[in-house]
Amino acid sequence: MISFEMPEKIQQTVTLMTMVAENMMRPVARHFDEHEHEIPWDYINFMHDANKQMGGGGFVPSSEKPKKSESGEPKKEGPRIGYQRLAYSAEVLSWGDTGLYLCSPVGLLGAAAVAATGTPEQKARFLTRFGGDKPVLDAMALTEPHAGSAMPAMVRTTAVRDGDTWVLNGEKIFVTAGHKALVDTQGFVVVWATIDPSAGRAGVRPFVVEAGTPGCAVTKLEHKLGIRASDTASVVLQDCRIPFENILGSPQVEKKTTEGFKGAMATFDASRPMVAASALGVARATLEMLKEFLAQKGITVRYGLPRSRMTNIERELIDMEVMLRSTWLLVLKSVWMMDEKKPNNLEASMGKVRAGDAVVKITQKAVELLGPVGYSREHLLEKWFRDAKINDLYEGTGQINRLIVARRMLGYGRTELS
Amino acid sequence: MYSFEPTEEQRMLIDAVQRYAINDLRNAAHDADESGELPQTLVEKGWELGVLQASVPEAYGGFGEHSAVTGVLAAEELAYGDPAGALAVMAPATYALPVLLAGSEAQKAALLPPVIGDTWKPYTAAFIEPDFDFYAGDMRTKARKEGQGFVIDGVKAMVPFADRAQGMVTYAALDGKPQAFVLPPKAEGVTVGEREKLLGLGALPAYRVQFESVRLGQEAWLGSSPTNDAAPLIAASHVATAALAVGLSRAAHLYALNYAKEREVFGAPIAQKQSIAFMLAEMAIEIEAIRLLVWEAAWLLDTGKDAARAAYLALSGAADMAMMVTDRAVQVLGGHGYIREHPVERWYRTGRGIPTFPGLAMV
Repeated sequence: MISFEMPEKIQQTVTLMTMVAENMMRPVARHFDEHEHEIPWDYINFMHDANKQMGGGGFVPSSEKPKKSESGEPKKEGPRIGYQRLAYSAEVLSWGDTGLYLCSPVGLLGAAAVAATGTPEQKARFLTRFGGDKPVLDAMALTEPHAGSAMPAMVRTTAVRDGDTWVLNGEKIFVTAGHKALVDTQGFVVVWATIDPSAGRAGVRPFVVEAGTPGCAVTKLEHKLGIRASDTASVVLQDCRIPFENILGSPQVEKKTTEGFKGAMATFDASRPMVAASALGVARATLEMLKEFLAQKGITVRYGLPRSRMTNIERELIDMEVMLRSTWLLVLKSVWMMDEKKPNNLEASMGKVRAGDAVVKITQKAVELLGPVGYSREHLLEKWFRDAKINDLYEGTGQINRLIVARRMLGYGRTELS
Repeated sequence: MYSFEPTEEQRMLIDAVQRYAINDLRNAAHDADESGELPQTLVEKGWELGVLQASVPEAYGGFGEHSAVTGVLAAEELAYGDPAGALAVMAPATYALPVLLAGSEAQKAALLPPVIGDTWKPYTAAFIEPDFDFYAGDMRTKARKEGQGFVIDGVKAMVPFADRAQGMVTYAALDGKPQAFVLPPKAEGVTVGEREKLLGLGALPAYRVQFESVRLGQEAWLGSSPTNDAAPLIAASHVATAALAVGLSRAAHLYALNYAKEREVFGAPIAQKQSIAFMLAEMAIEIEAIRLLVWEAAWLLDTGKDAARAAYLALSGAADMAMMVTDRAVQVLGGHGYIREHPVERWYRTGRGIPTFPGLAMV
């Protein structure tokens, strides 16, 4: 039955995360924007303690957690809402601050890849650490200097089997939280590499590289437009040797099919809705602040009017509200599908496209409408305008996600549409 | 708890309505638009699907419970076939649902059974007014109290089937608030004017209607107290219109998509070009997002919460979506999109009307 009733448990998550956002994020958001690469330990430690107190499950949905039934069909006890809760957490924490949210030691993109594609043993090995004594961050390393969106197919980083180890060689860039995962904490990075360069996409697999592994080094930190609290690292792998069991997915290359590759790509079906949710947190923060500023000047929206009777500001605000809520529902549907174990590849990309568009448009409009107030660094609006843009770029640009939607819809593969 | 899945019962209804929409409404749409006439048998067949009957309790002649969500799902499918045909089939709902939602027990018992019969009958509603800045919250059609009843004056536009109406709900401002009143057929002071000539909805016979000192008894008013205005009815109408926009847009998108896979340029289907493929992708994303906004507004209506704002936002989003999608559908077909052999130009004309259509449909 179609229903938009927020479950009690999600309501509690939202309340809790909102307190974190208001108390631990907003007050320091400007500081970490102006002190790029300074590490927000207070936030990291706080989140780690909070996560531990709540059982250490972190941001990995309980349905994907280790120790559950091996068959992947957990016993039925009420509806599964794990991914929906995660999306709400991402939204609220990004409402607090996206850069800080990306420093959450609770398992983000790397953990999502392990949760989506790992074996029960791998989940136990890599995911339990988020509930350990010290905070731990994770990261995902996909992009290489020569290729971004075309990446999985054009990977140059290699993984060569040597007995019961893999030897990795290559360079990764734009690794979100790479420094925190590999240097500042005992975390891990999920590195995409090919086990058979002649096999093209079919040979590409994600590997888990743990902090402290010899041959894995962070070589550079980027200076960015926004989300400056989050480090963006270059990672070089030089004869980096990892255990054989650190491969996610099948170690065999099936030449005729790309099943192994497709399985690995399932991680994006889980991660794109989270990026979209994060984007919409910024959009909501922006719209709320914009309305507050306008309300101080006695300007509020009159709902129900035809366009011929509206002011321009009313029209802009109503368009923003429509964009925000409708996109949120799209994202919510895509994570509901995850929880229901329905294929959500199309919906994940749809939500990602529209969330990227929505947050960019809303932050642009807010700065424009508030003129010198919007443009001033006295307020967070200009920061959100800068933070927002990343959402249309990472985890697949708006264009690559449009391509995915178009292919799905048209029933085309790469040969028909690229 | 969140869910985006219709019930089994709703799914069966959707399937039945969709079959009718594709096989009957869609096939008749072109000729009906050109000739200005919908075959009566077509409307009857749509009525037999029982969409409205299933929304009215047994006590009043129906066989179900009112659900805006179900109404939205059905309206979407009907409009997917043909929006003009959809409005014709659903016209009696614009009379029956205000009675059901805002009427007293006595009004429901007296007014509903005649509508909910075996055959479709021309029951309708007069809502829209012929002014560029028409706004339901500030109607120029006025009702004033006189003795135990009311007197209504004003002009309404685009009233479907007004020339043959067996009953009409009309909206008028009473003490500055919109209120709904039930008019008997051929009430004194009501003049049905010329049939409207419109940009779209050519198949729907709609008329200008004048009200001159139309005297109504207390029992004509659908509202138990002066604070009980027609806002929930207006919200239901916003949601219904938004659902039509979703159905219409889905139709336009799919037609353009199929065309793009057939039509070749420089040796390959145009759908294989990003400029076309991306347009189609964006149309689909827009439709999916707005569709959920409409569903949410309908769900709010069903829960009895204040749905006015959500309904308004849904309509606002749906209006932009319909224009964006139908415009692009014409564009994807290129010059062929401009030719009336293809339905996209008709949907384009219909799409422009979405912000104007509230009042023509109700869920």
